[in-house]
Amino acid sequence: MSTTKQTEYKADDFKSDAEPRWCPGCEDYAILKAVQMAMAQIGRPKNEHAVVSGIGCSSRLPYYMGTYGFHTIHGRPIPVATGLKISNPELAVWVVTGDGDAISIGGNHFVHAFRRNVDMNILLFDNRIYGLTKGQYSPTSQKGMINKTAPYGTIEEPSDPVGLALECGASFIAQISASYVKELVDLLVQAYNHKGTSFLHIYQNCYIYNDNAFDDFTERSIRDDNNIKIEHGKPLVFGKNLDKGLVVGYGKFDIVDIEPGNVPDNVVVYDETDSVLIRMVTDMKFPEYPVPMGVLKKTLRATFEDSLESQIELAKSKFPPDLQKLLSSGETWEVK
Amino acid sequence: MGIHKEDILETVTVKFAGDSGDGIQLTGDQFGNTTAVVGNDFATFPDFPSEIRAPQGTTYGVSSYQIQFASKDIYTPGDTPDVLVCFNPAALKVNLSTVNKGGIIVVNEDEFTDKNLKKAGFDSNPLDLNDRTLADFRVHKIPITKLTVEALDDFDMGHKDKLRCKNFLALGIVAWLFSRPLEPIESFLKSKFSKKPMILEANVKALHTGFNICDTMEIFPVMYTVPPAKLEPGTYRNINGALATAYGLLAASEKIDLPIVYSGYPITPASEILHVLAALKQFNVYTIQTEDEIAAITMALGAAYGGSLGITGSSGPGLALKIEALNLAVMTELPLVVFDYMRSGISTGMPTKTEQGDLGMALFGRPSDSHVIVLAPSTAADCFWISIEAVRLATKYMTPVVVLSEGFLISSSEPWKIPNLKEIPKIKTSFRTNPKGYLPYKRNKETLARDWVRIGTKGLEHTIGGLEKTNETGDVTQDPDNHDLMTRLRAEKVQRVVNDIPDLEIIGDKNADLLLVGWGSTLGSMRAAIEAVNGAGKKVAMINIRYLNPLPRNLGNILRKFKKVGVVELNLGQLNTIIRSKFLIDTSFLGRVTGQPIYVSELTNFINRELESLKEH
Repeated sequence: MSTTKQTEYKADDFKSDAEPRWCPGCEDYAILKAVQMAMAQIGRPKNEHAVVSGIGCSSRLPYYMGTYGFHTIHGRPIPVATGLKISNPELAVWVVTGDGDAISIGGNHFVHAFRRNVDMNILLFDNRIYGLTKGQYSPTSQKGMINKTAPYGTIEEPSDPVGLALECGASFIAQISASYVKELVDLLVQAYNHKGTSFLHIYQNCYIYNDNAFDDFTERSIRDDNNIKIEHGKPLVFGKNLDKGLVVGYGKFDIVDIEPGNVPDNVVVYDETDSVLIRMVTDMKFPEYPVPMGVLKKTLRATFEDSLESQIELAKSKFPPDLQKLLSSGETWEVK
Repeated sequence: MGIHKEDILETVTVKFAGDSGDGIQLTGDQFGNTTAVVGNDFATFPDFPSEIRAPQGTTYGVSSYQIQFASKDIYTPGDTPDVLVCFNPAALKVNLSTVNKGGIIVVNEDEFTDKNLKKAGFDSNPLDLNDRTLADFRVHKIPITKLTVEALDDFDMGHKDKLRCKNFLALGIVAWLFSRPLEPIESFLKSKFSKKPMILEANVKALHTGFNICDTMEIFPVMYTVPPAKLEPGTYRNINGALATAYGLLAASEKIDLPIVYSGYPITPASEILHVLAALKQFNVYTIQTEDEIAAITMALGAAYGGSLGITGSSGPGLALKIEALNLAVMTELPLVVFDYMRSGISTGMPTKTEQGDLGMALFGRPSDSHVIVLAPSTAADCFWISIEAVRLATKYMTPVVVLSEGFLISSSEPWKIPNLKEIPKIKTSFRTNPKGYLPYKRNKETLARDWVRIGTKGLEHTIGGLEKTNETGDVTQDPDNHDLMTRLRAEKVQRVVNDIPDLEIIGDKNADLLLVGWGSTLGSMRAAIEAVNGAGKKVAMINIRYLNPLPRNLGNILRKFKKVGVVELNLGQLNTIIRSKFLIDTSFLGRVTGQPIYVSELTNFINRELESLKEH
C-alpha cells in the first residue's frame, strides 16, 4: 500500500508578485495574510482557489493573491462568484467584499445569496466607512458619526450584517476582528470546510477615515471584557479573568458574575445549530453585551449547485437528451 | 388578397379577437397547426395586452391572433384581415377598422348584449338589421355561446366550464370555412387534456359542433381551399422565435461542447426563453432565475469566466440595468451572449408590443469607447441560426455579443424546415492549458482575442477585472499610452469580425434606382412590398442587415450603387443616423413606432412616393 504525501503549503505560496497598495498599517494587510495562511492550511494548490471581489479597498485583494482572481464591479462579486461556482463546482470560491459593496450597492445579492446556499465563502471587511472614495458614511456607520457626507452626523441607523445574514437564512455565520489573526485564520478554514454559503463578518479598522472604530471591543487592554468567544459545545464565558457568564433570561441573555475556573451549570453551553441560541447571540448589541466572536451559526442544507446538478441528472434520466428529436417534436409534415 | 366567390384562394388573412380570457391565443395556435399540416406557407402575429385578465368586455382587454396563409411564399402575418372572428363587441370595436372591405366577419351574437355593447363603446347594436356599421362586410351572426352550452347539455360539468369550450366551437366553424382537417386539433386536445377526459370530450364535441353546423345550416355560401405552398422539400414543423432561440442555443452548446448557464430575471417578453430552457435541463442547461437583472448578467459572466457558455436575456428596461456589467465583460474580454428582446419603450412602455428601439443602446449605450458585436435575427426561424452565430463569434473573439431580437419574433410563428444537426459545423474553441509563455492579455494575431482559460487550470493563475490592464501582461496600470493602445485594440478586435461575416445580399431588382435598408423583423414586410411593386413593373431592391456591428464590408458599396436609399425601422431613425454619418449619403426614412409590425401597404406607399420623387429629379 502506498501513501502519497500531501503537499505542504506555506502562506507565501498564495502570494502574487504584485505589491499591495493599501495605506500603511491598514488591517487589510492582516486579512490578506490570514487568507494566505488559511489556504496553506487547507492544503489545496493555488489554481484550485478563485477570489472574486467587488469594488472598494478590500476588493483589491485578488490582485495580491497568487490564485485565480476576478476584481468585478461595485456590489456584484456574489453573483459573479455564483456563476463561476455553478460552472466550476470543484473550485474553492471566495468572495471578498466590504460594508458598502455587500450591504449597500450589492444588498440585493447579499440577501439572495443565503437563500441559494452556493458553496462559497463571503468575507465582509467591515470598516464602517467608504475608504476608497475618501470618507463617506457607509451602511454600517454608527448613528451620529461625523464624516464627509454627514458633517452634522449620520442620521441613519446602522445596518447589522450578521443579523441580516441570519434573517436571510445563512447556513454559516462567523464574526471576528482583523486584530485576532490566529482566530481569523481558524474561522477562514472553518468557513472553507462548511459546504454552503459561509458568511464571515470581519471588523477591520480604517486608519485614515474611521480610526479606532472598534477599539471599545478590540483594544488589547480591554477587549477580553468586551467581546466573547463563541464556540460550539463550550460555555458562554468572557472577561479578562473569565469571570462573567451568560445565562438565559427573559428572551435574552443575562450577564452574571462567576468564579473563574468554576462555571456554574446555568451558564449556557453554546450550540451553533440551535436557532434560539443563535438568535440570542446575534441579538447581543454592544455595549450592553460583549461582541460575539467565533462561529455563531453552522447548519447543513443542500447547496444550490448540487440541487441544480441533481435536477439536470433527473431530467437526463427522464428525457434522454436527443436534440435532433427535440427539433422534430410536435406536429411535423413532409413537403415533397 | 381578398375573399372572392371562388373555391380556391391563393392567400388569406384571418384574425381571431376576443377577451384576453377567451383563449384567443390557443385558438389561433391551433388554427396555425392545421394550416401547417395542410402545407400552406404561413406567418402569425399574436397580439395581446399586458394585463393578464383585463376586465371582461373592455376594449383594452382585447387579445388577438392574426395569421396569413397562402399557397405561395409569404413573409408577413398580413396587413389587414380578410376574415375577422369576434368573440365580443369590444373585439369588433377594436378591429373593425382593419378588416378588408368585403371581408367576412363572424361574431358571437350572444355576447352583443346592451351591457357589453356599452362597455365596448357602441351607441347602437351593429348587428341590428337597420344599422349600417357593418354594411361593407359579409357578417355571419352565430350564437356561439348558446350552441356551445346546448352541445354540452349532457356533460356533467359546470356552466362556466362549458363556456370555456366556446373557442373550440368557433375554431370548428373557421376550420370548416377553410376545409381544414380536425385531426391535428383533436390530437393536440388529447395531449393537453390527457388527465381530464371530461374536458377533452367537451372540447372535441364543441369543435365538431362548430364544424357540423356549417355543413347543416349553410352559414357560409362557399367553402374555401388554400392549396399547399411549394416549399423546399423536407420535414417541416411550426416554430416561433422563442423556441427557435432556445433550440439554437442548445445546438450551439452541442456544437461547441460546452454547457449553457442561462441566467435571467422575469421580464416580458424575454421570460419565454427562460421558460423553454428551464424545461430542457437534460441538455446540460443550467438555468437560474436571479434576484435582479444585474445578477442575471453577472452570473452569466461568472460562468463565462469559468469556461461555460454564459448567456442572459432581457428586454430594454433590463438591458439598461445590465450595462455596467456588460462593460465589465468588454473590459475583461470574456465571451458573453446577451439577448435583448426589444419591446415598445421608453421606460415600461408597452411591454407586450414590439419595437426596434434599442439599437442605439446596443451600439453606444455604455460609458467610454466600448464596442460589442451586435446581431439581429430577421424571422422567427432565423432566431435559431442567430443563437449559433452569437455563440460562435463571442467565443472566437472573446467579447460580448448583443442579439437584438424583437417581441414580435418571439411569439410569431412560421413553417420551419427542420435542420439536420449533422450539417451544422462544429464551433471550434480551445482552452489554454499550456502555462509556458501565458500572459492574460496576449492576443491571437488574427482575431486579437485573448486566450480563454478554464478557471482551475494549473499554472495559469491570474487576476482580471475592471481596472485597465497593461497590454499582454494584464498588470493593473494607469499608463496613458497603454490606455490609448488598449482602447484601440478592444475596438479593433470587434471591427475584425468583419472578416468573418458574410457580405450582404441584395434582394429584389439589383438594377433598381431605389434601395430599401432594414434590419430585424421588417424583412418580411419589406420583402412582400418589394415583390408587390416589382411585380407591378417597378424597380426596387432591398437589404436586411443581420450584422449591425461591425457592419458588413460591402454595405458602403451597395449603398452608393443606388440613386436613392430609404431606411425602414420600427423606431425614429437609429440605423438611419448611423448610415448617414458613417457613409455620408443622403437617405429618406420610414419609421413606425405603433408597437405593431409595419404594414406592407405602408411600405408600398413609401416606395411609390420615393420612386415619384426620383422621377421629379
